[in-house]
Amino acid sequence: MADPVTDAATPAGPPAADLTHRRDRRWAIGFILVMLGMWVFYKFALTSTPDVVQEQIQKWLPLTAVNEAIVWVICAIGLNIVVGYAGLLDLGFVAFWAIGGYVAGWFMSWFIGQYNQSVHVLSAAPSTSTGFHINWWIVLIIAGAICALFGILIGAPTLRLKSDYLAIVTLGFGEIIPQVFVNGEDINGFNLSNGTKGITPLDPITALPFGPAFLSRPLGPFDLATKFLLFGIVVAFCVFVSLRIREGRLGRAWLAIREDELAASMMGVPLMRSKLYAYAVGAFMGGLGGVVFAIHVNGVFADRFNFSISIILLAMVVLGGMGNVWGVIVGALALAWINSTFLPQMGETINSSLGTEINFPSYNFLLFGSILVLMMLFRREGLFPETRTRQLIQEPERTQLEDLHADLEGVEK
Amino acid sequence: MTTATAVEQAEMRVAMTRKEAIGRVLGLLLLGLVFVWLVANLLASPTQFFNSLLFGIGNGALYALIALGYTLVYGIIELINFAHGDLFMLSTVFSGFMMVYWLGADSPSAQNWGFMLLTLVAAMAFGAIVNVVIERVAYRRLRRAPKLAALITAVGMSFILQWVGLRWNGSAPRLWPTVVPEGGIEFGEVTLRYTTILVVAFTIPVLLLLTYVVQRTKQGRAMRATAQDQDAARLMGINVDRTIAFTFALGGAMAGAAGLLYLEAVGTTRYDAGFQLGLIAFTAAVLGGIGNLAGAVLGGLLIGIIQGLNDGAPFGFGQQWSQTVVFSILILVMVFRPTGILGQPTVEKV
Repeated sequence: MADPVTDAATPAGPPAADLTHRRDRRWAIGFILVMLGMWVFYKFALTSTPDVVQEQIQKWLPLTAVNEAIVWVICAIGLNIVVGYAGLLDLGFVAFWAIGGYVAGWFMSWFIGQYNQSVHVLSAAPSTSTGFHINWWIVLIIAGAICALFGILIGAPTLRLKSDYLAIVTLGFGEIIPQVFVNGEDINGFNLSNGTKGITPLDPITALPFGPAFLSRPLGPFDLATKFLLFGIVVAFCVFVSLRIREGRLGRAWLAIREDELAASMMGVPLMRSKLYAYAVGAFMGGLGGVVFAIHVNGVFADRFNFSISIILLAMVVLGGMGNVWGVIVGALALAWINSTFLPQMGETINSSLGTEINFPSYNFLLFGSILVLMMLFRREGLFPETRTRQLIQEPERTQLEDLHADLEGVEK
Repeated sequence: MTTATAVEQAEMRVAMTRKEAIGRVLGLLLLGLVFVWLVANLLASPTQFFNSLLFGIGNGALYALIALGYTLVYGIIELINFAHGDLFMLSTVFSGFMMVYWLGADSPSAQNWGFMLLTLVAAMAFGAIVNVVIERVAYRRLRRAPKLAALITAVGMSFILQWVGLRWNGSAPRLWPTVVPEGGIEFGEVTLRYTTILVVAFTIPVLLLLTYVVQRTKQGRAMRATAQDQDAARLMGINVDRTIAFTFALGGAMAGAAGLLYLEAVGTTRYDAGFQLGLIAFTAAVLGGIGNLAGAVLGGLLIGIIQGLNDGAPFGFGQQWSQTVVFSILILVMVFRPTGILGQPTVEKV
């Protein structure tokens, strides 16, 4: 990590693998610096700033909003793999978010204790408490795996459908799963999800299950800065996986499928398998997001999972630039912040200064709808597109095609 | 390109036979299970069964009207018009305001039934105009764009329309007085409600009329030609843009009519009513075979009946599982028969 980052465009040109490693190193350093900077700022610097600044920051950029935005980022990166990389429209991503959340609910709380089962694995919960109490790092993996399994389950029979049918099936899935959880208090007497009451509280998380006290200390509701760092690690994992898969065989297969399914299959790309992997990897990250969200709000609540979450995630991916991880992250952070902080605060500020009673948060429908429509009409490749995506998505003008003597039918897709 | 598809399909067919056989057996098994469930419900309580059945038919006819809009639009430009359900919702709000606030029709009387017919026409015009405007503003620019782009636009439009409904109708459900009398014709303990009669009496002629328009008129021929090949249609002197706009107008009018009828049948509306009903109606269109007018009506009625029985029959799962049942049906149909009941398999255009 101490190596100096040299300019990649040196005339000799290092081998490709080396270049990838170097690129990885470069973003990793930047990422770590940003995370640590934020952490130091919120944990130490903020208290020594003047009161006015502190108040404004608490108002416009509170750490809870930042942490919540991180959840959106994780899920948006997951959705980006399905929509951005593989070009499959998924309108039911909320299902994976919900499943991830409930896995956290089952494995990190008293909940399974009602069936007189108790398991403790490296958890900060007191060892006398009943129920499953598993370390959250392990729960992350379990949740991801379960979601990936569900992704494959829903994908396997439906992925051969045409793209718009597929969108509807995922949408149906995204409607079914939350309803199962809402009604899950009494399925033939079996309590799956505690219904609308939700499962709360969850176990406090720790950075490490053991070790020095400052690392293995259970984090309370006010340790937002430390949680921010830990959630950041999950984001880093998702970014790393996204970027590396993108370079590899599977990622190139996804891009090929996205750009021309038929041509890809002719070139020997296994369509079904690649698409299933896209679903599984995307769902895995959705599961991670679900767990992180459950930890963030200290519980899972069935009625939070609705269709608009799927749409907001889609808007994030579209806004940032489908296929570009960094663009998606920016899109997710921006929209999450607008939704959680900007609209309510703006409403409060304007209403209190002008004496009006405009309900600003209710404008989010208009906002997200307009983002989707306007982006599709005027900047389909997103705010931060990759060159490759831009070329793909911008339709050539008719005259351009005729210049190339191209067959119109062949280019249409 | 075309030859490649043909070759691929031929290969697929050979490889798929065994899978297909398994799929068919599973599908038949499922159908058998549904049949057993129906008979069990009928035997357990005939009154409940027939009451839920009639109730379901009433709802189903409404779904059918909305599904017609989906199917018309999908048939011509292969776009799932996500905003269609929300257009329906706006129509319910529009009809409510027109009936009660503008015309003052809030109780059953001969004059108010006249007003209802007037509102029906107005709601149809409203739906048609809004749908055409949406097509003009958004979808027309995306004709040559990737399908994903048009679909995402439709989703965005749906959100915008929901927002309009939210501003117009308020965030809480709004109750409207209806002019169709409560109750209905009694057959023993089974009630055929007046609203059911009204909805069915509207849907069937509309289906016949639409079929006539599409099959027999010049405009209908233009629609079918545009659906097959826009460029060729244009070369034959068909005004493709106008034909597509006409299709959107027809679909919008169906949604408008469904809006008024829904309001009379249910008497309440909410800004997100269109989303749920739209999804169900879309499921109906897919179940019947999307692009097929009679299929949309059949699918709508089937979904309505299944939902009615699920909500009301002795062995139903109850209303809280309604969505789950409908979407499970959707997924199962997609898996076992993606072309729907009356649909024909289409060769994918490359």
